[in-house]
Amino acid sequence: MESKTRLDVNGQLTLKELPYIIRWNSDKCTRCGQCTSVCPQKAIEPAVLVQRLVTSEGPMPLPQAVRQVGQGIKQVTDIERYCVGCGICSQVCPNDAIFPEYNDANKFAFHKNQGGSPYKRGGRRNSTETSTLDKLKFTRISMLTDPALDAGRHEFHIRTLLGRNLAPGDMPLIIKDNELGLDETVFIPPVREIFPIRIGGMSFGAISPHMWEGLAMGVAYLNEVENIPVVMCTGEGGMPPRLLKSRFLKYFILQIASGYFGWDEIIHAIPEMKEDPAAIEIKYGQGAKPGDGGLLMAFKVLDLIAKVRGVPMQVDLASPPTHQTKYSIEEAVAKMLTSMSMAFDFRVPVYPKISGTKTATAVLNNLARNPFAAALTIDGEDGGTGAAYNVSVDKMGHPIASNLRECYLNLVKLGKQNELPLFAAGGVGKTGSLAANAAALIMLGASGVDCGKYIMQAAAGCLGDERNRCNLCNTGRCPKGITSQDPRLYRRLDPDKVAERVVDIFKVADSEMKKIFAPMGRSTQLPIGMSDGLSVSDKAIAEQLDISYAC
Amino acid sequence: MCRLSAIISDSYFSTMENIMALETMKEGHDGSGLGLVLRDLGGEFQGLKEFPILSGICSKEGLRVMDEYMVKLGFKTKHLWNPRIKDYRGIMKIRGFYFARAYEYPEWAEEASPETQSELLTKTSLELRDLGKGQDQGDDSIIIYSFWPDLITLKEVGDPLDVGLFFGLDKKPLLAKNIFAQGRQNTNYTINLYACHPFFIEGFTTMTNGENTAFVPIREFLSSRGFPGYVGYSSDSEVFCHILHYIRKELKFPLKYYKDVITPLFDREMDERSDKAAIELIKRVLRPLTIDGPNCTIGTDIDGTVFMAQDSKKLRPGAIGGVPGKYALMSEICGVDSVVPERDRSKDVFPMKYDMAMIEKDAKEIKIWNQKHGSMSTVN
Repeated sequence: MESKTRLDVNGQLTLKELPYIIRWNSDKCTRCGQCTSVCPQKAIEPAVLVQRLVTSEGPMPLPQAVRQVGQGIKQVTDIERYCVGCGICSQVCPNDAIFPEYNDANKFAFHKNQGGSPYKRGGRRNSTETSTLDKLKFTRISMLTDPALDAGRHEFHIRTLLGRNLAPGDMPLIIKDNELGLDETVFIPPVREIFPIRIGGMSFGAISPHMWEGLAMGVAYLNEVENIPVVMCTGEGGMPPRLLKSRFLKYFILQIASGYFGWDEIIHAIPEMKEDPAAIEIKYGQGAKPGDGGLLMAFKVLDLIAKVRGVPMQVDLASPPTHQTKYSIEEAVAKMLTSMSMAFDFRVPVYPKISGTKTATAVLNNLARNPFAAALTIDGEDGGTGAAYNVSVDKMGHPIASNLRECYLNLVKLGKQNELPLFAAGGVGKTGSLAANAAALIMLGASGVDCGKYIMQAAAGCLGDERNRCNLCNTGRCPKGITSQDPRLYRRLDPDKVAERVVDIFKVADSEMKKIFAPMGRSTQLPIGMSDGLSVSDKAIAEQLDISYAC
Repeated sequence: MCRLSAIISDSYFSTMENIMALETMKEGHDGSGLGLVLRDLGGEFQGLKEFPILSGICSKEGLRVMDEYMVKLGFKTKHLWNPRIKDYRGIMKIRGFYFARAYEYPEWAEEASPETQSELLTKTSLELRDLGKGQDQGDDSIIIYSFWPDLITLKEVGDPLDVGLFFGLDKKPLLAKNIFAQGRQNTNYTINLYACHPFFIEGFTTMTNGENTAFVPIREFLSSRGFPGYVGYSSDSEVFCHILHYIRKELKFPLKYYKDVITPLFDREMDERSDKAAIELIKRVLRPLTIDGPNCTIGTDIDGTVFMAQDSKKLRPGAIGGVPGKYALMSEICGVDSVVPERDRSKDVFPMKYDMAMIEKDAKEIKIWNQKHGSMSTVN
C-alpha cells in the first residue's frame, strides 16, 4: 500500500513549469463556472478547496478565522491541458476574478513533447526581439530644399503592379505620324494594378467560415466602395464554389499548393467563371514553417471543408513539403507556370511563393528568365501558420528584410527590377505597424507585401503573440472562432464586424502610407527601391541592406 | 532653387546674355557653380561644325595623359579654345587647364555611321574620365564634360557672374545659337564639378532645378540598361538627361513622350489620348522612370529642339517668352525680361503640369504639347 505522502512525483509538473499561471481571486469569484466551461484547454476546473474564512459577527465583532471546505477554481498541471494564456476566461468573467499571467521562468519546452510526438501548434515564431522591419526609419524628409507633398491635399497613387512587365525594348510599339501605337497582335502579359498590401494566403479550412466571409466581404467593399483595390489570397484549399462563379472572383488570388486541395472544384468551375481571378499563387514554401507542407488537422475537416477540398471528413490533410511531381527548379517552374497560365488562357498572372531562404536568388534568377513568371513572393520567418511543428516555426526560416533586399538588388543587376515584381511577407505589421513595415519593404525593393497575422489580430482580435499565447489554431479550438470549424466556436465571430475592421485597416494603411511618402516627396508612383529614404541605427543592418546608418 | 537660363536663337549671341539673366534671377547665396552648354556654335567654331569638340579641365599631368591617349586613338587636334582667365585671386581658384578642343576623327571613323561615331565619342570620353581619376591630389586630373560635334561645355564653381568674368567671357565671348546656363543656388559646399548642370550625353542636354526624390530607383534602372554612358550621377538631376537619351535614342520614342515617361497621366486622365493603349503600357513598363518633382526641366533634343517640362504637380516655376527668332526659357520671368525685354508679354508661356513646351532649332515659334488633351498648340 502506498503512503499518502510519498514524494516520487516524477512526470508530474508544478504550476511553475507552465507558461501561464492562472491568477484567481476567490473573493471576487461568484462561482458562476463560465471560465471553466469556456477554457479551450480545460486548463482550469472546478475544485473543492479548503479555504480560510474570516468573519466578524455579534455586538462586539472581532474577526475570527475559520477553515472551511468550499468551491473554487484550480489550474491543472497536466501538460496536455496547460494554460495557453489566451485569457478567454477573463473575457467571460463577470467580476474580473481571473486572468492568466505569463511565467517567464517556465519550462514548457522541456515537457511539451510527450508521447514521442513533436509539439505542433499554430501562430508565429516565438521571439520578442525587435524585428529589422521595426528598426527601419524614414529619414529623407523634404522640407525647404524641395517642397514636401501634402498627404491631405495632393493626389497620391498608392498602387502597385502584380504581373510580368515587359522589358522596355520588348514593347510592341509602332511609331506612325509622330505618335506611338500598339501592335495588338503581340502578346502582352497580364498585369493587375492593386493596393500594395495584400491579404496573404489563409485557407478556407485553416480559418473559419465566418472569418473567411468577413475578410471576403471587407475586400469586396474596399474594392467596390472605397476604391482601394485590395486583393486576398485564398491559401491552399480552394474557396466556396458560390464565390468561384461570382463577379467577386477578381479580388482573389487562387493558391495552388503541393496538396492541390480545392483545385478539382476550381478547374471544373473555370467554364462558368464570370471574372478571372486576380492571380494564381503557386505555393512552394511558407515562411513560418519552411520544410513543412500545409497541414489541416482532422478536427477541422468538417462537412463544408471536406466538400470544397473533395476529401472525406475528419482526416488529417497534410500537403507534402514539396510538389512531389517536380524534380528540378527549371521543370517545376516551367511546368507549373505555363500550365496554370494556359488554364486561364494567359489572362491571369501566375507566380510562385517561396519561404525566405538563402537560395532565394537562385529561384529568382530562374524566374527572371521565364517569361510566364508574373512575380515572386518571398515569405520570411516571421510569417504565420495555422498548424506546424514548433521547431519549424521557431527555428527554421530566413528574415524577410535582407532576403528581399538581396533579391531586389539582384534584379537591379539583371536590369529586371520592374519586370518581375517582388512581394514580401512574413512579419509585416508584427507589432502593429502595418503601413510602416510595408513602406519600408517597398523602399527596400518590394512591389508590395502580404499580411496575415496582422489581419487576424486587428480584424478579429486573435489572441496570439510572440510568447506563445494561445496559438491553438491547429486544434480547431480557437477561443475567438477565427480558426475553428466548430459552429459553437465560430459563432462567436461576427463576419460583419470582421469586414468592418478589414475596411478600417486598409483605409488607415492607405492614409498612413501617404503620411510616410508625402514628406519624402513621393506620390505618383510607389517608391519601390527608394532606399535612400531609409536609415537604421545598427551598422551591420545598414551595411547588409545597403542603406544609411543614422543615430 | 537653382536658376535655369536657356536661350535659342536664329542668330549667334553671347553666353553673357545667359549669365546676365541668371544674375537677374539671383536670390541669396550663389557660389555653387555655373554650367554652360553651347551648341550650334559661332565665332571661331563656326567653320568646324563636323568636328567633335572635347570639353573639360585637366591638370598639367592630366593634359599629358590626355594628349597621349587621344593620339593613340588617332584623334588629331583641329582647333583649341581656351578661356582668357581673368585674375580673380581670392575669389576664384584656377583649377587647371580649361579647354574646348575640336578634333578630327581617327581615319577609320571619318566615314563611319553616326551610331559608330557616337559610340566612339562616348567611349573615349568615359575612358578619359577614368584615366583622370585620382592622378592629382585633391581633384581629378582630367575632367571631361562632353565630346560632341558643334557643342562646348564649360563649368566652374562660384557665383555665375564671377565665373563668367573669370573665364573672360565678357571680353572674349563664346557665341552660339543655343546656350544653356544654370546657376546652382544654395546647394552643399562640397561641390563636385560633375554635379553641375547642364548634363550632356550623345547630343542630348538637360538642366533641372529642384530635387529629384525618385533619384535612386531611376539611377538603378538606368544603370542596369547596359548602356556605358549611364554612369556618374553625382547629381540627382543627371538622370533627366539620361532618360531623354534612353527614350529618344534607345526606345526611339517621339520627343513629346518624354513627358509621358517622367510624369505619366493617371489612368483616368488618358481618355482623350488617341494613343491611350501605348501610354498605358509605357507607364507600366517604364514605371521606375517616373519623377515626383519638384522639378522644372529644360532640355535640348538631339535635333536641336529645346523644351521645358514640369513635374506633375508643377511645383517649380518656369517661363518662356520671346519673339520669332529668339526665345528665352527661364526658371523665372525676370530672366526672360532680361533676355527679350521687347516682346509681347501676352504671348509668354508658363508651362503647366500637363504641358511640354518645345521650340525647334529655327526658333520660330513655341509649340505646346498638352499631355492630357493630346493636342499641340502654337504661340508665335
